[in-house]
Amino acid sequence: MKQFRKMVYPYLVWSTIMIAVPMLLILLYAFTTQGNTVTKFLFTFKNFKRFLTDTTFLNVLYTSLRIAVETTLICIILGYPTAYVIAKFSEKAKLRWVLVITLPTWINMLVRTYAWTGILQDDGVINSFLSIFKIGPIPLIYTDFAVILGMVYNFLPFMIIQIYTSLTKMDYSLKEAANDLGAGPAKTFLKITLPLSMPGVISGITLVFLPAVSSFCIPRMLGGGSYVMVGTIIESQFLTAGDWNFGSAISLIMAIIIMISMYITKKVDKGEKVEGASV
Amino acid sequence: MNKKKRIGSKIFLGIIVLFLYAPIIYTMVFSFNEGKSLTKFSGFSFKWYEKMFSNDTMMEALFYTIIVAILATIISTLVGTVTAIGLSKSRRAIKNVVEQVNQLPIMNPEIVTAIGLLMLFSFIHFEKGFFTMLLAHIMFCIPYVILSVMPKLRTLNPNLAEAAMDLGATPWQALTKVIVPECMPGIISGALIAFTMSFDDFVISYFVTGNGVSNISILVYTESRRINPSINALSTIIVVIITIALLLVNIIPSLASKKKSKVESIKEENIK
Repeated sequence: MKQFRKMVYPYLVWSTIMIAVPMLLILLYAFTTQGNTVTKFLFTFKNFKRFLTDTTFLNVLYTSLRIAVETTLICIILGYPTAYVIAKFSEKAKLRWVLVITLPTWINMLVRTYAWTGILQDDGVINSFLSIFKIGPIPLIYTDFAVILGMVYNFLPFMIIQIYTSLTKMDYSLKEAANDLGAGPAKTFLKITLPLSMPGVISGITLVFLPAVSSFCIPRMLGGGSYVMVGTIIESQFLTAGDWNFGSAISLIMAIIIMISMYITKKVDKGEKVEGASV
Repeated sequence: MNKKKRIGSKIFLGIIVLFLYAPIIYTMVFSFNEGKSLTKFSGFSFKWYEKMFSNDTMMEALFYTIIVAILATIISTLVGTVTAIGLSKSRRAIKNVVEQVNQLPIMNPEIVTAIGLLMLFSFIHFEKGFFTMLLAHIMFCIPYVILSVMPKLRTLNPNLAEAAMDLGATPWQALTKVIVPECMPGIISGALIAFTMSFDDFVISYFVTGNGVSNISILVYTESRRINPSINALSTIIVVIITIALLLVNIIPSLASKKKSKVESIKEENIK
Protein backbone atom coordinates (compact mmCIF):
# COMPACT_ATOMS: atom_id res chain seq x y z
CA MET A 1 0.00 0.00 0.00
CA LYS A 2 3.09 2.21 -0.06
CA GLN A 3 2.17 3.62 -3.47
CA PHE A 4 -0.66 5.60 -1.84
CA ARG A 5 1.73 7.41 0.47
CA LYS A 6 2.76 9.88 -2.23
CA MET A 7 -0.76 11.23 -2.24
CA VAL A 8 0.03 13.23 0.88
CA TYR A 9 2.95 15.22 -0.58
CA PRO A 10 1.04 17.96 -2.45
CA TYR A 11 -0.91 18.76 0.67
CA LEU A 12 2.28 18.91 2.75
CA VAL A 13 3.55 21.72 0.52
CA TRP A 14 0.17 23.46 0.42
CA SER A 15 -0.40 23.36 4.18
CA THR A 16 3.10 24.66 4.85
CA ILE A 17 2.50 27.76 2.73
CA MET A 18 -1.15 28.37 3.54
CA ILE A 19 -1.35 27.27 7.19
CA ALA A 20 2.10 27.24 8.79
CA VAL A 21 3.59 30.40 7.24
CA PRO A 22 0.65 32.68 8.19
CA MET A 23 0.90 31.47 11.79
CA LEU A 24 4.63 32.23 11.79
CA LEU A 25 3.86 35.69 10.41
CA ILE A 26 1.49 36.35 13.32
CA LEU A 27 4.25 35.30 15.74
CA LEU A 28 6.75 37.50 13.94
CA TYR A 29 4.51 40.56 14.04
CA ALA A 30 3.38 39.99 17.63
CA PHE A 31 6.94 40.04 18.97
CA THR A 32 8.22 42.92 16.86
CA THR A 33 7.62 46.56 16.26
CA GLN A 34 8.03 48.54 13.07
CA GLY A 35 11.76 49.31 12.93
CA ASN A 36 13.78 51.83 10.96
CA THR A 37 14.92 51.47 7.36
CA VAL A 38 17.96 49.29 8.20
CA THR A 39 16.19 46.53 10.14
CA LYS A 40 12.55 46.07 9.34
CA PHE A 41 11.61 44.38 12.60
CA LEU A 42 12.66 45.05 16.18
CA PHE A 43 12.08 42.37 18.80
CA THR A 44 9.83 43.51 21.65
CA PHE A 45 7.30 42.45 24.30
CA LYS A 46 5.69 45.90 24.15
CA ASN A 47 2.54 44.70 22.32
CA PHE A 48 1.74 42.12 25.00
CA LYS A 49 2.49 44.51 27.81
CA ARG A 50 0.14 47.08 26.33
CA PHE A 51 -2.76 44.61 26.28
CA LEU A 52 -2.15 42.90 29.61
CA THR A 53 -1.66 46.08 31.66
CA ASP A 54 -4.66 47.99 30.34
CA THR A 55 -7.86 47.33 32.31
CA THR A 56 -10.14 48.31 29.41
CA PHE A 57 -8.57 45.59 27.25
CA LEU A 58 -8.75 43.06 30.08
CA ASN A 59 -12.42 43.88 30.62
CA VAL A 60 -13.08 43.27 26.94
CA LEU A 61 -11.35 39.91 27.22
CA TYR A 62 -13.50 39.04 30.24
CA THR A 63 -16.72 40.02 28.42
CA SER A 64 -15.78 37.89 25.41
CA LEU A 65 -15.06 34.83 27.55
CA ARG A 66 -18.24 35.26 29.60
CA ILE A 67 -20.44 35.60 26.52
CA ALA A 68 -18.79 32.57 24.90
CA VAL A 69 -19.16 30.37 28.00
CA GLU A 70 -22.82 31.33 28.42
CA THR A 71 -23.48 30.66 24.73
CA THR A 72 -21.81 27.25 24.93
CA LEU A 73 -23.75 26.22 28.04
CA ILE A 74 -27.08 27.23 26.52
CA CYS A 75 -26.20 25.31 23.35
CA ILE A 76 -25.46 22.15 25.37
CA ILE A 77 -28.66 22.51 27.43
CA LEU A 78 -30.79 22.97 24.28
CA GLY A 79 -28.73 20.79 21.95
CA TYR A 80 -28.35 17.60 23.97
CA PRO A 81 -32.06 16.84 24.41
CA THR A 82 -32.69 17.73 20.76
CA ALA A 83 -29.97 15.35 19.56
CA TYR A 84 -31.20 12.67 21.98
CA VAL A 85 -34.78 12.87 20.70
CA ILE A 86 -33.67 12.75 17.06
CA ALA A 87 -31.29 9.82 17.66
CA LYS A 88 -34.25 7.75 18.90
CA PHE A 89 -36.26 8.15 15.70
CA SER A 90 -36.41 5.56 12.90
CA GLU A 91 -33.62 5.67 10.29
CA LYS A 92 -35.72 7.57 7.75
CA ALA A 93 -37.05 10.09 10.26
CA LYS A 94 -33.51 10.66 11.59
CA LEU A 95 -32.23 11.75 8.18
CA ARG A 96 -35.22 14.01 7.69
CA TRP A 97 -34.68 15.70 11.07
CA VAL A 98 -30.95 16.12 10.50
CA LEU A 99 -31.85 17.92 7.30
CA VAL A 100 -34.35 20.11 9.17
CA ILE A 101 -31.73 21.04 11.78
CA THR A 102 -28.88 21.65 9.33
CA LEU A 103 -30.87 23.51 6.69
CA PRO A 104 -30.66 26.91 8.45
CA THR A 105 -26.86 26.60 8.69
CA TRP A 106 -26.78 26.58 4.89
CA ILE A 107 -28.30 30.00 4.86
CA ASN A 108 -25.75 32.71 5.26
CA MET A 109 -24.90 33.48 8.87
CA LEU A 110 -25.03 37.24 8.39
CA VAL A 111 -28.41 37.02 6.70
CA ARG A 112 -29.76 35.03 9.64
CA THR A 113 -28.26 37.44 12.16
CA TYR A 114 -29.66 40.38 10.23
CA ALA A 115 -33.15 38.85 10.55
CA TRP A 116 -32.95 39.22 14.33
CA THR A 117 -32.36 42.96 14.10
CA GLY A 118 -35.95 43.40 12.87
CA ILE A 119 -37.40 41.02 15.45
CA LEU A 120 -35.60 42.53 18.44
CA GLN A 121 -36.27 46.23 17.68
CA ASP A 122 -38.15 48.32 20.23
CA ASP A 123 -41.10 48.33 17.81
CA GLY A 124 -40.36 44.80 16.56
CA VAL A 125 -42.42 41.62 16.71
CA ILE A 126 -41.60 40.67 20.31
CA ASN A 127 -42.26 44.11 21.75
CA SER A 128 -45.42 44.57 19.65
CA PHE A 129 -46.68 41.27 21.06
CA LEU A 130 -45.78 42.28 24.61
CA SER A 131 -47.49 45.66 24.22
CA ILE A 132 -50.83 43.82 23.86
CA PHE A 133 -50.40 42.90 27.53
CA LYS A 134 -49.25 46.46 28.31
CA ILE A 135 -45.68 45.31 28.91
CA GLY A 136 -42.62 47.02 27.61
CA PRO A 137 -41.12 47.99 25.33
CA ILE A 138 -38.28 45.94 26.79
CA PRO A 139 -34.88 46.89 25.37
CA LEU A 140 -33.79 43.76 23.50
CA ILE A 141 -31.47 44.81 20.72
CA TYR A 142 -28.00 46.14 21.60
CA THR A 143 -27.84 44.13 24.85
CA ASP A 144 -25.90 41.08 26.09
CA PHE A 145 -29.13 39.14 25.61
CA ALA A 146 -29.25 39.98 21.90
CA VAL A 147 -25.60 39.00 21.37
CA ILE A 148 -25.98 35.66 23.18
CA LEU A 149 -29.27 34.97 21.38
CA GLY A 150 -27.61 35.63 18.04
CA MET A 151 -24.74 33.32 18.89
CA VAL A 152 -26.93 30.49 20.19
CA TYR A 153 -29.11 30.85 17.12
CA ASN A 154 -26.14 30.57 14.78
CA PHE A 155 -24.15 27.85 16.54
CA LEU A 156 -26.83 25.56 18.04
CA PRO A 157 -27.14 23.31 14.94
CA PHE A 158 -23.40 22.48 15.16
CA MET A 159 -23.84 21.31 18.73
CA ILE A 160 -26.93 19.25 17.89
CA ILE A 161 -25.27 17.51 14.94
CA GLN A 162 -22.09 16.68 16.87
CA ILE A 163 -24.00 15.14 19.78
CA TYR A 164 -26.41 13.38 17.43
CA THR A 165 -23.50 11.79 15.52
CA SER A 166 -21.91 10.42 18.67
CA LEU A 167 -25.29 9.14 19.90
CA THR A 168 -26.02 7.25 16.69
CA LYS A 169 -22.51 5.78 16.62
CA MET A 170 -23.14 4.37 20.07
CA ASP A 171 -23.45 0.61 20.45
CA TYR A 172 -27.04 0.11 21.62
CA SER A 173 -26.32 -3.38 22.94
CA LEU A 174 -24.43 -1.69 25.78
CA LYS A 175 -27.64 0.02 26.84
CA GLU A 176 -29.53 -3.25 26.63
CA ALA A 177 -26.82 -4.94 28.68
CA ALA A 178 -27.11 -2.24 31.34
CA ASN A 179 -30.88 -2.72 31.39
CA ASP A 180 -30.52 -6.49 31.66
CA LEU A 181 -28.12 -6.06 34.55
CA GLY A 182 -30.76 -4.08 36.41
CA ALA A 183 -29.87 -0.45 35.73
CA GLY A 184 -32.84 1.91 35.51
CA PRO A 185 -33.26 4.41 32.66
CA ALA A 186 -31.61 7.21 34.66
CA LYS A 187 -28.62 5.10 35.63
CA THR A 188 -28.24 3.74 32.11
CA PHE A 189 -28.23 7.29 30.77
CA LEU A 190 -25.67 8.54 33.29
CA LYS A 191 -23.35 5.52 33.09
CA ILE A 192 -23.65 4.53 29.43
CA THR A 193 -25.24 7.08 27.13
CA LEU A 194 -23.77 10.27 28.57
CA PRO A 195 -20.12 9.08 28.79
CA LEU A 196 -20.30 7.54 25.31
CA SER A 197 -21.73 10.73 23.82
CA MET A 198 -19.10 12.95 25.49
CA PRO A 199 -16.86 13.07 22.37
CA GLY A 200 -19.81 14.64 20.55
CA VAL A 201 -20.33 17.18 23.32
CA ILE A 202 -16.61 18.01 23.30
CA SER A 203 -16.47 18.57 19.55
CA GLY A 204 -19.73 20.52 19.88
CA ILE A 205 -18.07 22.77 22.45
CA THR A 206 -15.17 23.39 20.06
CA LEU A 207 -17.58 24.31 17.30
CA VAL A 208 -19.54 26.72 19.53
CA PHE A 209 -17.03 28.22 21.97
CA LEU A 210 -14.43 29.00 19.32
CA PRO A 211 -16.52 31.12 16.97
CA ALA A 212 -18.37 32.64 19.92
CA VAL A 213 -15.29 33.97 21.71
CA SER A 214 -13.80 35.47 18.57
CA SER A 215 -16.94 36.58 16.74
CA PHE A 216 -17.04 40.16 15.61
CA CYS A 217 -20.00 40.35 13.23
CA ILE A 218 -22.63 39.22 15.76
CA PRO A 219 -21.58 41.74 18.45
CA ARG A 220 -21.40 44.44 15.75
CA MET A 221 -24.86 43.68 14.36
CA LEU A 222 -26.79 42.81 17.52
CA GLY A 223 -24.67 44.52 20.16
CA GLY A 224 -24.40 47.84 18.39
CA GLY A 225 -21.45 50.01 17.47
CA SER A 226 -20.22 50.52 21.02
CA TYR A 227 -20.30 46.83 21.94
CA VAL A 228 -16.67 45.70 22.12
CA MET A 229 -15.36 42.13 22.12
CA VAL A 230 -11.88 40.74 21.41
CA GLY A 231 -12.85 40.10 17.80
CA THR A 232 -13.94 43.67 17.21
CA ILE A 233 -10.66 45.01 18.66
CA ILE A 234 -8.59 42.79 16.37
CA GLU A 235 -10.69 43.85 13.40
CA SER A 236 -10.16 47.53 14.11
CA GLN A 237 -6.41 47.03 14.64
CA PHE A 238 -6.06 45.42 11.21
CA LEU A 239 -8.59 47.26 9.10
CA THR A 240 -8.82 50.76 10.56
CA ALA A 241 -6.00 51.45 13.05
CA GLY A 242 -3.43 49.63 10.92
CA ASP A 243 -1.36 48.45 13.90
CA TRP A 244 -0.63 44.92 12.73
CA ASN A 245 1.88 44.27 15.51
CA PHE A 246 -0.57 45.03 18.30
CA GLY A 247 -3.38 43.18 16.45
CA SER A 248 -1.16 40.11 16.09
CA ALA A 249 -0.32 40.17 19.79
CA ILE A 250 -4.03 40.30 20.74
CA SER A 251 -4.82 37.43 18.36
CA LEU A 252 -1.99 35.40 19.86
CA ILE A 253 -3.25 36.01 23.40
CA MET A 254 -6.76 34.98 22.33
CA ALA A 255 -5.49 31.88 20.50
CA ILE A 256 -3.49 30.80 23.55
CA ILE A 257 -6.47 31.25 25.89
CA ILE A 258 -8.61 29.18 23.54
CA MET A 259 -5.97 26.45 23.21
CA ILE A 260 -5.71 26.23 27.00
CA SER A 261 -9.47 26.01 27.49
CA MET A 262 -9.73 23.33 24.78
CA TYR A 263 -6.91 21.40 26.40
CA ILE A 264 -8.67 21.54 29.78
CA THR A 265 -11.98 20.41 28.21
CA LYS A 266 -10.26 17.42 26.60
CA LYS A 267 -8.45 16.55 29.84
CA VAL A 268 -11.69 16.70 31.83
CA ASP A 269 -13.31 14.40 29.29
CA LYS A 270 -10.47 11.88 29.49
CA GLY A 271 -10.42 12.01 33.29
CA GLU A 272 -14.10 11.14 33.36
CA LYS A 273 -13.56 8.22 31.04
CA VAL A 274 -10.85 6.71 33.23
CA GLU A 275 -13.09 7.10 36.25
CA GLY A 276 -16.02 5.51 34.42
CA ALA A 277 -13.92 2.52 33.41
CA SER A 278 -12.83 1.83 36.97
CA VAL A 279 -16.38 1.80 38.35
CA MET B 1 -40.95 5.17 25.85
CA ASN B 2 -44.39 6.07 27.17
CA LYS B 3 -46.80 8.38 25.41
CA LYS B 4 -46.38 11.40 27.67
CA LYS B 5 -42.64 11.43 27.18
CA ARG B 6 -43.06 11.10 23.45
CA ILE B 7 -45.40 14.09 23.27
CA GLY B 8 -43.10 16.11 25.54
CA SER B 9 -40.07 15.44 23.34
CA LYS B 10 -42.06 16.29 20.21
CA ILE B 11 -43.08 19.64 21.72
CA PHE B 12 -39.46 20.35 22.67
CA LEU B 13 -38.29 19.52 19.16
CA GLY B 14 -41.02 21.76 17.79
CA ILE B 15 -39.84 24.70 19.88
CA ILE B 16 -36.24 24.22 18.70
CA VAL B 17 -37.35 24.07 15.07
CA LEU B 18 -39.50 27.17 15.55
CA PHE B 19 -36.50 28.97 17.05
CA LEU B 20 -34.32 27.98 14.08
CA TYR B 21 -36.86 28.86 11.43
CA ALA B 22 -38.83 31.83 12.77
CA PRO B 23 -36.22 34.48 11.82
CA ILE B 24 -35.86 32.99 8.35
CA ILE B 25 -39.62 33.02 7.78
CA TYR B 26 -39.74 36.55 9.20
CA THR B 27 -37.14 37.66 6.65
CA MET B 28 -39.07 36.00 3.83
CA VAL B 29 -42.36 37.63 4.84
CA PHE B 30 -40.81 41.09 5.05
CA SER B 31 -39.15 40.71 1.66
CA PHE B 32 -42.66 41.15 0.24
CA ASN B 33 -43.36 44.24 2.33
CA GLU B 34 -44.58 47.31 0.50
CA GLY B 35 -42.91 49.75 2.89
CA LYS B 36 -39.31 50.06 3.96
CA SER B 37 -39.94 49.08 7.59
CA LEU B 38 -38.60 45.81 8.94
CA THR B 39 -41.17 45.75 11.73
CA LYS B 40 -44.53 46.87 10.25
CA PHE B 41 -46.02 45.01 7.30
CA SER B 42 -47.88 47.54 5.18
CA GLY B 43 -48.79 45.59 2.06
CA PHE B 44 -47.69 43.00 -0.48
CA SER B 45 -45.26 43.91 -3.26
CA PHE B 46 -42.35 42.63 -5.36
CA LYS B 47 -40.68 46.03 -5.22
CA TRP B 48 -37.60 44.87 -3.28
CA TYR B 49 -37.01 41.99 -5.69
CA GLU B 50 -36.98 44.39 -8.62
CA LYS B 51 -34.57 46.64 -6.73
CA MET B 52 -32.34 43.67 -5.94
CA PHE B 53 -32.12 42.38 -9.51
CA SER B 54 -31.30 45.83 -10.83
CA ASN B 55 -28.58 46.25 -8.19
CA ASP B 56 -25.23 45.32 -9.77
CA THR B 57 -23.28 45.03 -6.53
CA MET B 58 -25.81 42.56 -5.15
CA MET B 59 -25.82 40.42 -8.27
CA GLU B 60 -22.03 40.43 -8.35
CA ALA B 61 -21.79 39.41 -4.70
CA LEU B 62 -24.23 36.57 -5.32
CA PHE B 63 -22.19 35.43 -8.32
CA TYR B 64 -18.87 35.50 -6.42
CA THR B 65 -20.37 33.61 -3.46
CA ILE B 66 -21.69 30.79 -5.63
CA ILE B 67 -18.61 30.49 -7.86
CA VAL B 68 -16.19 30.47 -4.92
CA ALA B 69 -18.32 27.96 -3.00
CA ILE B 70 -18.54 25.56 -5.94
CA LEU B 71 -14.84 25.79 -6.85
CA ALA B 72 -13.69 25.56 -3.24
CA THR B 73 -15.93 22.55 -2.61
CA ILE B 74 -14.74 20.64 -5.68
CA ILE B 75 -11.03 21.35 -5.11
CA SER B 76 -11.03 20.81 -1.37
CA THR B 77 -13.06 17.59 -1.60
CA LEU B 78 -10.66 16.18 -4.21
CA VAL B 79 -7.49 17.24 -2.40
CA GLY B 80 -8.88 16.34 1.01
CA THR B 81 -9.95 12.84 -0.03
CA VAL B 82 -6.66 12.14 -1.79
CA THR B 83 -4.71 13.38 1.23
CA ALA B 84 -6.83 11.38 3.67
CA ILE B 85 -6.30 8.15 1.71
CA GLY B 86 -2.57 8.89 1.51
CA LEU B 87 -2.49 9.62 5.23
CA SER B 88 -4.20 6.34 6.12
CA LYS B 89 -1.24 4.51 4.54
CA SER B 90 1.47 6.90 5.75
CA ARG B 91 3.88 6.51 8.61
CA ARG B 92 2.71 7.73 11.99
CA ALA B 93 5.12 10.68 12.03
CA ILE B 94 3.74 12.22 8.81
CA LYS B 95 0.19 11.49 9.93
CA ASN B 96 0.80 13.32 13.20
CA VAL B 97 2.37 16.34 11.51
CA VAL B 98 -0.50 16.76 9.03
CA GLU B 99 -3.13 16.21 11.73
CA GLN B 100 -1.49 18.82 13.96
CA VAL B 101 -1.16 21.36 11.15
CA ASN B 102 -4.80 20.75 10.15
CA GLN B 103 -5.85 21.46 13.70
CA LEU B 104 -4.56 25.03 13.35
CA PRO B 105 -7.31 26.46 11.13
CA ILE B 106 -9.93 24.37 12.95
CA MET B 107 -8.85 25.18 16.49
CA ASN B 108 -7.84 28.75 15.77
CA PRO B 109 -10.55 31.36 15.74
CA GLU B 110 -11.48 32.33 12.19
CA ILE B 111 -10.22 35.84 12.77
CA VAL B 112 -6.71 34.53 13.55
CA THR B 113 -6.66 32.49 10.35
CA ALA B 114 -7.97 35.54 8.53
CA ILE B 115 -5.28 37.95 9.70
CA GLY B 116 -2.62 35.26 9.06
CA LEU B 117 -3.77 34.99 5.45
CA LEU B 118 -4.07 38.76 5.14
CA MET B 119 -0.44 39.09 6.17
CA LEU B 120 0.67 36.20 3.95
CA PHE B 121 -0.92 37.73 0.85
CA SER B 122 0.52 41.14 1.55
CA PHE B 123 3.92 39.58 2.36
CA ILE B 124 4.16 37.92 -1.07
CA HIS B 125 2.50 40.96 -2.71
CA PHE B 126 -0.49 38.97 -3.92
CA GLU B 127 -3.23 41.47 -4.70
CA LYS B 128 -6.38 40.95 -2.63
CA GLY B 129 -9.39 39.94 -4.69
CA PHE B 130 -11.19 36.95 -6.16
CA PHE B 131 -8.20 34.58 -6.16
CA THR B 132 -7.16 35.33 -2.61
CA MET B 133 -10.73 34.62 -1.52
CA LEU B 134 -10.76 31.30 -3.42
CA LEU B 135 -7.34 30.23 -2.09
CA ALA B 136 -8.39 31.09 1.45
CA HIS B 137 -11.63 29.13 1.13
CA ILE B 138 -9.83 26.06 -0.21
CA MET B 139 -7.36 26.36 2.64
CA PHE B 140 -9.97 26.26 5.42
CA CYS B 141 -12.18 23.65 3.72
CA ILE B 142 -9.59 20.89 3.20
CA PRO B 143 -9.02 20.08 6.91
CA TYR B 144 -12.77 19.53 7.36
CA VAL B 145 -12.89 17.18 4.36
CA ILE B 146 -9.93 15.21 5.74
CA LEU B 147 -11.59 15.06 9.15
CA SER B 148 -14.81 13.65 7.75
CA VAL B 149 -13.10 11.12 5.42
CA MET B 150 -10.55 9.80 7.95
CA PRO B 151 -13.02 8.00 10.28
CA LYS B 152 -14.42 6.08 7.30
CA LEU B 153 -10.89 5.04 6.28
CA ARG B 154 -10.09 3.96 9.81
CA THR B 155 -13.04 1.57 9.92
CA LEU B 156 -12.27 0.33 6.40
CA ASN B 157 -10.75 -3.15 6.35
CA PRO B 158 -7.17 -2.63 5.08
CA ASN B 159 -7.23 -6.09 3.52
CA LEU B 160 -9.98 -5.05 1.10
CA ALA B 161 -7.73 -2.98 -1.16
CA GLU B 162 -4.98 -5.57 -0.89
CA ALA B 163 -7.39 -8.35 -1.81
CA ALA B 164 -8.48 -6.35 -4.85
CA MET B 165 -4.87 -5.92 -5.92
CA ASP B 166 -4.09 -9.60 -5.35
CA LEU B 167 -7.00 -10.37 -7.62
CA GLY B 168 -5.36 -8.29 -10.36
CA ALA B 169 -6.65 -4.76 -9.77
CA THR B 170 -4.21 -1.93 -10.41
CA PRO B 171 -3.63 0.49 -7.50
CA TRP B 172 -5.80 3.01 -9.36
CA GLN B 173 -8.63 0.47 -9.62
CA ALA B 174 -8.24 -0.50 -5.97
CA LEU B 175 -8.52 3.19 -5.15
CA THR B 176 -11.52 4.05 -7.30
CA LYS B 177 -13.43 0.74 -7.06
CA VAL B 178 -12.78 -0.20 -3.44
CA ILE B 179 -11.50 2.58 -1.22
CA VAL B 180 -13.39 5.60 -2.61
CA PRO B 181 -16.84 3.90 -2.75
CA GLU B 182 -16.35 2.64 0.80
CA CYS B 183 -15.62 6.19 2.03
CA MET B 184 -18.37 7.81 -0.04
CA PRO B 185 -20.56 8.82 2.93
CA GLY B 186 -17.54 10.55 4.50
CA ILE B 187 -16.59 12.25 1.22
CA ILE B 188 -20.14 13.51 0.68
CA SER B 189 -20.46 14.87 4.19
CA GLY B 190 -17.02 16.47 3.79
CA ALA B 191 -18.14 18.15 0.57
CA LEU B 192 -21.33 19.36 2.23
CA ILE B 193 -19.36 20.83 5.13
CA ALA B 194 -16.94 22.48 2.69
CA PHE B 195 -19.78 24.03 0.72
CA THR B 196 -21.51 25.32 3.83
CA MET B 197 -18.29 26.72 5.25
CA SER B 198 -17.45 28.51 2.02
CA PHE B 199 -20.98 29.76 1.33
CA ASP B 200 -21.43 31.00 4.88
CA ASP B 201 -17.97 32.45 5.35
CA PHE B 202 -17.68 36.02 6.36
CA VAL B 203 -14.64 36.64 8.57
CA ILE B 204 -11.93 35.22 6.32
CA SER B 205 -13.43 36.63 3.12
CA TYR B 206 -13.83 40.02 4.78
CA PHE B 207 -10.13 40.18 5.60
CA VAL B 208 -8.63 38.69 2.42
CA THR B 209 -10.65 40.51 -0.23
CA GLY B 210 -10.12 44.12 -1.03
CA ASN B 211 -12.49 46.69 -2.44
CA GLY B 212 -14.42 45.68 -5.51
CA VAL B 213 -14.86 41.99 -4.75
CA SER B 214 -17.36 40.97 -2.09
CA ASN B 215 -19.56 38.01 -1.28
CA ILE B 216 -23.05 37.99 0.21
CA SER B 217 -21.75 38.06 3.78
CA ILE B 218 -19.60 41.12 3.23
CA LEU B 219 -22.47 42.82 1.43
CA VAL B 220 -24.94 42.13 4.24
CA TYR B 221 -22.41 43.27 6.83
CA THR B 222 -21.79 46.58 5.12
CA GLU B 223 -25.48 47.10 4.24
CA SER B 224 -26.85 46.14 7.67
CA ARG B 225 -26.02 49.54 9.13
CA ARG B 226 -28.91 51.08 7.22
CA ILE B 227 -32.32 49.57 6.51
CA ASN B 228 -32.34 47.86 3.14
CA PRO B 229 -35.20 45.39 2.52
CA SER B 230 -33.48 44.22 -0.68
CA ILE B 231 -31.37 42.09 1.66
CA ASN B 232 -34.56 40.34 2.71
CA ALA B 233 -35.34 39.64 -0.94
CA LEU B 234 -31.81 38.35 -1.49
CA SER B 235 -32.01 36.04 1.52
CA THR B 236 -35.40 34.73 0.43
CA ILE B 237 -33.91 33.75 -2.92
CA ILE B 238 -30.94 32.10 -1.17
CA VAL B 239 -33.30 30.14 1.08
CA VAL B 240 -35.33 28.93 -1.89
CA ILE B 241 -32.24 27.93 -3.93
CA ILE B 242 -30.65 26.11 -1.00
CA THR B 243 -33.83 24.28 -0.06
CA ILE B 244 -34.22 23.04 -3.64
CA ALA B 245 -30.53 22.05 -3.82
CA LEU B 246 -30.72 20.18 -0.52
CA LEU B 247 -33.85 18.33 -1.55
CA LEU B 248 -32.15 17.32 -4.81
CA VAL B 249 -29.02 16.18 -2.95
CA ASN B 250 -31.23 14.04 -0.72
CA ILE B 251 -33.43 12.63 -3.46
CA ILE B 252 -30.82 11.87 -6.15
CA PRO B 253 -28.74 9.41 -4.07
CA SER B 254 -31.83 7.41 -3.09
CA LEU B 255 -32.89 7.25 -6.74
CA ALA B 256 -29.37 6.28 -7.78
CA SER B 257 -29.14 3.55 -5.17
CA LYS B 258 -32.47 2.17 -6.36
CA LYS B 259 -31.16 2.07 -9.91
CA LYS B 260 -27.90 0.53 -8.75
CA SER B 261 -29.63 -2.24 -6.85
CA LYS B 262 -31.75 -2.92 -9.91
CA VAL B 263 -28.64 -3.18 -12.11
CA GLU B 264 -26.99 -5.43 -9.57
CA SER B 265 -29.98 -7.72 -9.31
CA ILE B 266 -30.05 -8.01 -13.10
CA LYS B 267 -26.34 -8.83 -13.09
CA GLU B 268 -26.87 -11.48 -10.47
CA GLU B 269 -29.64 -13.03 -12.51
CA ASN B 270 -27.39 -13.11 -15.56
CA ILE B 271 -24.71 -14.91 -13.59
CA LYS B 272 -27.22 -17.50 -12.49
